[in-house]
Amino acid sequence: MAESILSLSGVRADIDQYHILHGVDLEVPAGELTVLLGRNGAGKSTTLRTIMGLTTITGGKVRFRGEDITGQPTPRIARKGIAFVPEDMGIFSLLTVRENMVLAAVNGPLDPARLDWVFDLFPPLKKFWNRAAGNLSGGQKQMLAIARAIIEPRELLLVDEPTKGLAPAIINDLAGAFEQLKQQQVTVLLVEQNFNFSRRLGQSAAVMNDGGVVWSGQMTELADNDDLQHELLGLGLGEHQ
Amino acid sequence: MSAHDEMIGQATPPQGVLARFAAFRENKPHIFLLLLMMAVALLMMDPRTWVLLTISGLAMGAMVFLMASGMTLTFGLMNVLNLAHGAFISLGAFAGASVLVWLSSQASEPSLLINLAAILPALGFALVVAGLLGLVFERLVIKPVYGDHLKQILVTVGGSIIIMELIHVVWGPNEIPVPRPEALTGAFLLPESLPVIGGVALEKYRLIAVVLGLAIYGLMTWIIERTRVGILIRAGVESREMVEVQGYRIRLLFLGVFVAGSALAGMGGAMWAMYREIITAHMGDELMISVIVVIILGGLGSIKGCFYGAVLVGLINLYVGYLEPRLAAVATVGLMVGVLMWRPQGLIPVIKV
Repeated sequence: MAESILSLSGVRADIDQYHILHGVDLEVPAGELTVLLGRNGAGKSTTLRTIMGLTTITGGKVRFRGEDITGQPTPRIARKGIAFVPEDMGIFSLLTVRENMVLAAVNGPLDPARLDWVFDLFPPLKKFWNRAAGNLSGGQKQMLAIARAIIEPRELLLVDEPTKGLAPAIINDLAGAFEQLKQQQVTVLLVEQNFNFSRRLGQSAAVMNDGGVVWSGQMTELADNDDLQHELLGLGLGEHQ
Repeated sequence: MSAHDEMIGQATPPQGVLARFAAFRENKPHIFLLLLMMAVALLMMDPRTWVLLTISGLAMGAMVFLMASGMTLTFGLMNVLNLAHGAFISLGAFAGASVLVWLSSQASEPSLLINLAAILPALGFALVVAGLLGLVFERLVIKPVYGDHLKQILVTVGGSIIIMELIHVVWGPNEIPVPRPEALTGAFLLPESLPVIGGVALEKYRLIAVVLGLAIYGLMTWIIERTRVGILIRAGVESREMVEVQGYRIRLLFLGVFVAGSALAGMGGAMWAMYREIITAHMGDELMISVIVVIILGGLGSIKGCFYGAVLVGLINLYVGYLEPRLAAVATVGLMVGVLMWRPQGLIPVIKV
């Protein structure tokens, strides 16, 4: 396993009076795509939000490239090269596609070569460049959300359930885009419920239950072991296709 | 008609005069309301009076726009209710008036150029003083009460009282007369040869207020629509969290907007001072009713809505004030109630996601 770029140790977080994370330990290897699996309510989204500083951390440590980033404000965490695509995609619907991308390029004007690469990955963005992002379809919004995260080189992408509510053909397009990112050795931490999508893309995997990581290892290990899947995710592969 | 037919019907442009009118009313409610109000007023008075009142209404609208624009952005961007905004208007008025009195020799010359040597420093000083106070006020008063409307109302009303009492301390408790620069007094006469409206006297100061208001509206629209800061402000009105996720410090952006909004309120106050030629520490409080109506009417957080709201409030004040003076005070609030019954989100709403 590659050296980890992000590591969480004993991370705790509350939302209002509820304890959501009870000590999450997680290693994200550099240059790999790691999938974070688990049932609804296991704490996957909260884990991503806590890494970004959006949910206040109440215990434990978050280290990014060896540096302690626990409790730092969100903008500073983002500037270290961590991009976050939330579950609701978080695009600015009143802004045009272009304006969304301009804001995403925090370090200066859009790089034309990189923009062409993004357009190759997601052709609809070029077509609707000057349209309000709110008028895009669900799949196109997800493309924009991911495009924003990669318009500048990033150290780490945190992506929360990109396939949620999308048609199979579009999920396939997204998988293609993630495969290209993998070839470029971009580090990704992906929260996903769709096991087929996860199995296709994931190199390493971690499974969460009840606010903690209960298993972590290589994706192949999990994908080849129906009993383990059943135990960890409550679902055999047969039921999940 | 089947569901399929209905879908096709929606896709084609509306047919017929009535349908096109309904579409215009829905898509451009601000223009529709403006034209409607002007047309109704024209039917109820003679055209010469109408021209006079319309220019005056636009002038008042331009000044109210300056005062309201900052507050609409403050609320839209950070959800902060700053009820001390009126105190910034008063402070700007006093700061501007002080410069005008100090430079009264320039202000009393008949030449516009020499007058400008007094007017521009007066407006500039009002802008700077109100802006600086905005900076201190945000750090000291607003910052501790983010996210809590009740506390915001309490502390900003308290802050407002303190600022107004400080004005009393510095400038005394009495009303202060403000000398209007010489070249801005008097009126232009429209040539008698013009049909219908020939010979109407248009007050110079009001025309200048309209021009200045339009210029600042144009500048603000350009900043909001075309610059990176403008894109950030619009993005922040939609989702503060996602602006931070992109790596921008929204607090800093908000501080900038708050200072700019306070500065504009101060400048609007100074212009109002030259318009009314008399000022009191509580003038800002009186104007706050119009300001609040304007930002609700226009749609919170929208600069364009704020501009049209201000023009509508200005016009209805003047029209109703002429037709039935006793109803003038009711008309402004009546306009707001009417618009909210029709469009509860305001004329040009900024939708939050």
